[in-house]
Amino acid sequence: MKIKGKVILLVNKEGKLIENIDTDQIFHNSHLHITDINEMGKYALGNLKGYENYYGRARENDIIITGHNFGAGSSRQQAVDCFKALRVGIIIAPSFGAIYKRNAINSAFPILECPGIEKCIESRLLNEDDIVTIDFGEGAVKKDKEKIIQCRKPSRVQLDILKAGGLFNYGKSMTSSV
Amino acid sequence: MGKTIVEKILAAHTKDVVVAGNIIWLDIDVRSARDFGGPNVVKNYEENYNHTPVADPEKSFFTFDLVAPAKTIKYAINQSICRSFAKKHSIKVYDVNAGIGSHVLMEEGYIIPGSTAVGTDSHYNIVGAIGGFGQGMGDVDITFVFKTGKTWFEVPPTVRINIKGKYKFPVTAKDLTLYILKIIKTEFGLGKAIEFYGDAVESLPLYGRITLLSMVTEMGGIIGYIPFTDETIEEAKKFTGVGGFPIYYTDRDAKYERELTIDISGIKPQVAAPPYPHNVFDVDELRDVKVDLIYIGSCTNGRREDIEEVAKILRGRKVKEGVVLSIAPATKRVYRELLLEGVINDLFEAGAIIMNPSCAGCAEGHIGLTGEGEVSLNTSNRNYPGKQGKGKTFLVSPAVAAASAITGRITNPEEVL
Repeated sequence: MKIKGKVILLVNKEGKLIENIDTDQIFHNSHLHITDINEMGKYALGNLKGYENYYGRARENDIIITGHNFGAGSSRQQAVDCFKALRVGIIIAPSFGAIYKRNAINSAFPILECPGIEKCIESRLLNEDDIVTIDFGEGAVKKDKEKIIQCRKPSRVQLDILKAGGLFNYGKSMTSSV
Repeated sequence: MGKTIVEKILAAHTKDVVVAGNIIWLDIDVRSARDFGGPNVVKNYEENYNHTPVADPEKSFFTFDLVAPAKTIKYAINQSICRSFAKKHSIKVYDVNAGIGSHVLMEEGYIIPGSTAVGTDSHYNIVGAIGGFGQGMGDVDITFVFKTGKTWFEVPPTVRINIKGKYKFPVTAKDLTLYILKIIKTEFGLGKAIEFYGDAVESLPLYGRITLLSMVTEMGGIIGYIPFTDETIEEAKKFTGVGGFPIYYTDRDAKYERELTIDISGIKPQVAAPPYPHNVFDVDELRDVKVDLIYIGSCTNGRREDIEEVAKILRGRKVKEGVVLSIAPATKRVYRELLLEGVINDLFEAGAIIMNPSCAGCAEGHIGLTGEGEVSLNTSNRNYPGKQGKGKTFLVSPAVAAASAITGRITNPEEVL
């Protein structure tokens, strides 16, 4: 699977990727009563300083690049589903919060762990608004057909659940062995 | 090669090979959804498994602990959606009067040492305090477990932290926890099982273990363990009302992915300042910070002993005018014990508001919310930006919270003892 889109960097004033963005910054607890995924998009990053209006400028297949431990904190699935609602293409970070990572995999929302990507931002190999292509199965980030960085390849279970369209369909296809 | 504690618990709940990094299918003994996540679980279930039974109603629960009782019509509707689903599937509901779900399900003897439990609560790894495996999960996972009784899980590598040195009151398990966070932040423990060794942690009673191991979440960890002592085995029996459970220890020849020693000799009470739980300072460095609100409770510091420590400091004294002190016991059982002991009376006389048992000041609860420029001291576990309003949230021990309630600024309990 290939994802082509525009780079959105979640950076601080110094231009560094913001680390430890927690789920309350991604999808604030005051919206946790929402169960309809179509209503979730407008609150994506709504409590992250400087990104409160991301909803208004989100484009299909956006490639969000962010810092270490993205999605720390609560177990809320809405912090993944709000990006699905906006048809964001993928989120790439050096690492993710453990629960967030599971939730993204189970929702068939692409994420890649990419230690070292912060250096690509610092050296300006990757910039805001760049158009890049992600070869998801390979874990590769490419710009102008040139590989910029090799991320960790997604695990077999991540690929299988993504292919099935989520944990529920994956489970149904595995009924005999589960 | 020997196994670590988490590997032994997981191995007892799967047919697959338990080696760090492997994906296994894990049998889940107890699963629960709360008033956050719960309605989403119901929606997922009805869309995907409509009108088919859950795998095992007796192992499935709803626990309403976040917005308890419902404070808006939207939450009231969500809770009623869960109640209807529970009735249809013969699932037990611990309703808005019960308290924090993870604590309640341990007290009721459903989650016991050696068992596996998952819930829509990121602090479910608190179950590590009684030597079980607990994990917070999103609503997709929980729906899947309601239906199948299992889910996939990646076996976490285990890391080890040796705690060197001792501490004494007014330094408490919370200060030890915050100090560890200050040292390791979120890199060392991310995605790991963390085992803690050393006299200072191994001598912790259950309520102190709950404090430290609940905040493994803020360390980025999957779960934490402190090896059982004879005392903690007895405490766990009393706590859960169940005996004869498996107790696991790490084998001598087990391998840790990494090991770290932290010297805690001479530490002071600790305070986590915004914007992160790992942004930690000695209490004296922040003694000029004026306080508007104080919240004592949460899954991290809401046990009877935590609140008794507060009463010891506040008894016969008054909360400073202009400071709002709210206290929420973790569960109905804790509330009752405090009521019978007269502790609640003493806290009331000191000027505290006593809330019903719940998660209270966490999430968008009824208390602990701040306006611009306000400062809240919480004994809970998170202080991320904007989580509880536009003000600042600092994380402290119950003792620091109580001392600060008297003075109206962040205070070392030594000043008022």
